[in-house]
Amino acid sequence: MSEPTVQTLPAAGNRSHVAALFGQLGPLVGLLFVWLLFALLMGHDFVKWDNQRLMLLQTAVVGTAAIGATLIIISGGIDLSVGSTIALGTVVVALLLNAGLSPLLAALGGIGAGMMCGAAVGAIVIGYIGRVAAMIVAALTVLWLWEAIGPVLAVLAAAAAFGAVLAFSELVVKQVPIAPFIVTLGMWGALRGTAKGLGNNQPVYPEGVTWLNELMTNSAGGLGSVLAPGVWILIVLAVVMAGVLRYTRFGRHIFAIGSNEQTARLCGIQVERTKLFIYIIGIGCAGMAALLQFAYLSMGDPTTAEGYELRVIAAVVIGGASLAGGEGSIRGTMVGALIMTVVDNGCTKLGLENWVQEIVTGAIIVVAVALDRLRHRRAATAIRREAREE
Amino acid sequence: MIGTSKENEPVSLRMEGVRKHFGATVALDGVDLKVRSGEIHALIGENGAGKSTLMKVLTGAHQPDDGCMWLDGEPYWPRSPADGRSAGVAMIYQELSLAQHLSVAENIMLGLEPTRGPFVKWGEIRRLAAGALGQVGRPDIPLDIPVSRLSVAEQQLVEVARSVAIGCRVLVLDEPTSSLAKKDIRKLFELVRRLKAEGLAIVYISHVLEEVHEISDTFTVLRDGLSVGEGVTATTGVHDIITMMVGRELDELYPRSHRVAGEVVLEVDGLDGLGLPASASLVLRRGEVLGIAGLVGSGRTELLRAIFGLDPVVRGEVKVAHFTGPASPSRRWAQGAGMVSEDRNREGLAINLSLADNLTMPRLKGLGPYGLVTPSGQARASRPWIDRIPIKCLSPMQPLSDLSGGNQQKVAIARLLYADVDVLLLDEPTRGIDVGSKAQIYKLIDELTAGGGIGDPTGGAGGPIGETSDPAGERPPKAVLIISSYLPELLGMCDRVAVMCRGRLGEARSVDEIDERQIMLEATGSGEAA
Repeated sequence: MSEPTVQTLPAAGNRSHVAALFGQLGPLVGLLFVWLLFALLMGHDFVKWDNQRLMLLQTAVVGTAAIGATLIIISGGIDLSVGSTIALGTVVVALLLNAGLSPLLAALGGIGAGMMCGAAVGAIVIGYIGRVAAMIVAALTVLWLWEAIGPVLAVLAAAAAFGAVLAFSELVVKQVPIAPFIVTLGMWGALRGTAKGLGNNQPVYPEGVTWLNELMTNSAGGLGSVLAPGVWILIVLAVVMAGVLRYTRFGRHIFAIGSNEQTARLCGIQVERTKLFIYIIGIGCAGMAALLQFAYLSMGDPTTAEGYELRVIAAVVIGGASLAGGEGSIRGTMVGALIMTVVDNGCTKLGLENWVQEIVTGAIIVVAVALDRLRHRRAATAIRREAREE
Repeated sequence: MIGTSKENEPVSLRMEGVRKHFGATVALDGVDLKVRSGEIHALIGENGAGKSTLMKVLTGAHQPDDGCMWLDGEPYWPRSPADGRSAGVAMIYQELSLAQHLSVAENIMLGLEPTRGPFVKWGEIRRLAAGALGQVGRPDIPLDIPVSRLSVAEQQLVEVARSVAIGCRVLVLDEPTSSLAKKDIRKLFELVRRLKAEGLAIVYISHVLEEVHEISDTFTVLRDGLSVGEGVTATTGVHDIITMMVGRELDELYPRSHRVAGEVVLEVDGLDGLGLPASASLVLRRGEVLGIAGLVGSGRTELLRAIFGLDPVVRGEVKVAHFTGPASPSRRWAQGAGMVSEDRNREGLAINLSLADNLTMPRLKGLGPYGLVTPSGQARASRPWIDRIPIKCLSPMQPLSDLSGGNQQKVAIARLLYADVDVLLLDEPTRGIDVGSKAQIYKLIDELTAGGGIGDPTGGAGGPIGETSDPAGERPPKAVLIISSYLPELLGMCDRVAVMCRGRLGEARSVDEIDERQIMLEATGSGEAA
């Protein structure tokens, strides 16, 4: 047999070639379409550079979180706790600043809070609810007893509590994997509650102004005058994660697990460990988004980012990911997030009321997925036609 | 010609020149089928021969690309299974399709509920359901309990009753005995004969030839999407039917080079799994093909999974090369063992990913600069195997779902060769694939164990982790462990065969000292007497 050619879609005629090209660009065409639509309706007011910059800024928080969600969704999981994680993150950053930490450490603390949430979610998803519970009990024990009986005794008590819970859970439940939908639905409530508890049901205002407050504004000179630092963070994170997904073992393992977890296990991929990392990194991105949200608000707000989880999932899905796993891309997600921003921004500028925006966004989600399914079918038929002619 | 013949023959169902393809796979390539009413017609063929596709065309689940069908002389062209049912064609699938939470009566009348206005007439439902159960000879089955409380045999009966309730003229039974105990098979046969006496045309799909011989009047043999033979069952020998199914003499199919058994590469000692297997032991050497026969459910698959680390090892030793003790699948790959799963779609392959993704999955190393994995690197690593096996595809980047079952299976096997393992654990490696692909896989297994025949065509990417690999060319022979339910295949391919029965693995014996009859005796637990 002759050497097979390397093409995603071999070009039989011009038609399938065009279909293939359209297929690859899919969501991008949609973005151009809505952008041009608003440009025609409003002209300069929408097209001007300041507005483009504003839209990118408006995309930064959801976009950053959506990068993480893309990893999770490709692996066949889901994260419903994004909004709560962001709220918790903003409160943690504010509290750390007020505790006298440097802005850098506070920022790392915010991201770290996200990663810890991710570790908890990941551990419960793969079945270690007992271990997570033991750690939480131990931490709470230390906090409660620290003042009352002193550090040493508190730590000893915590160790005892940890051991007791762990032993109990190992004996009774052992490993019980739980669907990510359920785990993160629980986290959606629990993390929001934690944020409110930490902030005493109040927004937490940082005492001084630091560079953290300027992440979402344009500075006078340098790169920061072109785009706000927060937008740069989004861009860099997107490029890095796209590379990770495409060109690393970890990235290919995410696709393999999402496409068929059993095959992944058969092929020696350490499914549990990989999933844990996916959630740590994925929800860590929500921690990063929290940092940007903090900069945007200039405070830690336990009630912020309500409903962001659905905007984030919408961005990923508009971008062509499948909730069944195995499919999706950072590029698509970014386009999906931008489509939603453009619609919001354009509708606001047109003076349309909020409810109109909500209907339009809702319709776009469904239409985008329908188009994506159609595109898949087209691509499949193109290949079949090809194969038949062979 | 057709016009006259269909009027003169009392043929209930007639299919002519039916063609159907899926992607690159030609599932049916011009099939003819004739079934008279009051006749039991066996549809015979290996897995993948096109039996299921043909029946899906018949019931309306698939639309054929070409061909004609007649039902009682009328042109018949179902657009959907509902269409087929209303025309009187019903099928009982191997996997029963009952609503487990609903009652027996509701299941029988599902979709046919008599109503008055918006209200269901419950009395009528019970009356009609009871009538249908009576017709299948089991009026004693209670109407009001959920079907989940019935045994599998009784559930199957409820499905037959449902077909009777719609007044079907053609009834298709797809491998109806596969999940039945012996006494239930008897009862099923009685029922089938009874329905035949009532004038139904019955299509009976099975690859258990003994059953076919007992129950059917006429038969059609399918091979690779073609009807290759038909006749009267009573006057045709089993051997002739097998030859029709396989399409060639058996010794051509199973090549056997000169093999020399080398050092031991897999040693299992007293292995206990969770439930199955129980205290299994075996020794496998390089240059050797060891077969494990046994009934489905005897613990063959569980044994392989425990060896490979997919199922827990409760007790006993597994030694791969010089590594002792249980290990995870990822460790097993590193130790030089690889496995092909019995379930290609659910476990074996990630169907939506590309061929290259699937092939390189166990070892994403050396596929790009700085330890990265580049698509071009994956394609480059895959291409030699695509040519070598060979795998029929358009490109290494093609989604696996576009390949035929046989080519998909070849990817699953090529994965082990890419990872360059020494121990190949193959669970039903030829299940459900065409004869051509089977022959290629047999040839490949023979070359691998003969040694020297197949090198690593990537010339350098091979070798277990931590070992530098040889250049292309001479390689030590590999060791192969095969599970198969198809005895001619085991006897044809293997050097030694061991039989598993209820979790216990018998002594492995040379294929010269064992035959099909002996294996069946041992597999059913009556071997000691012989």
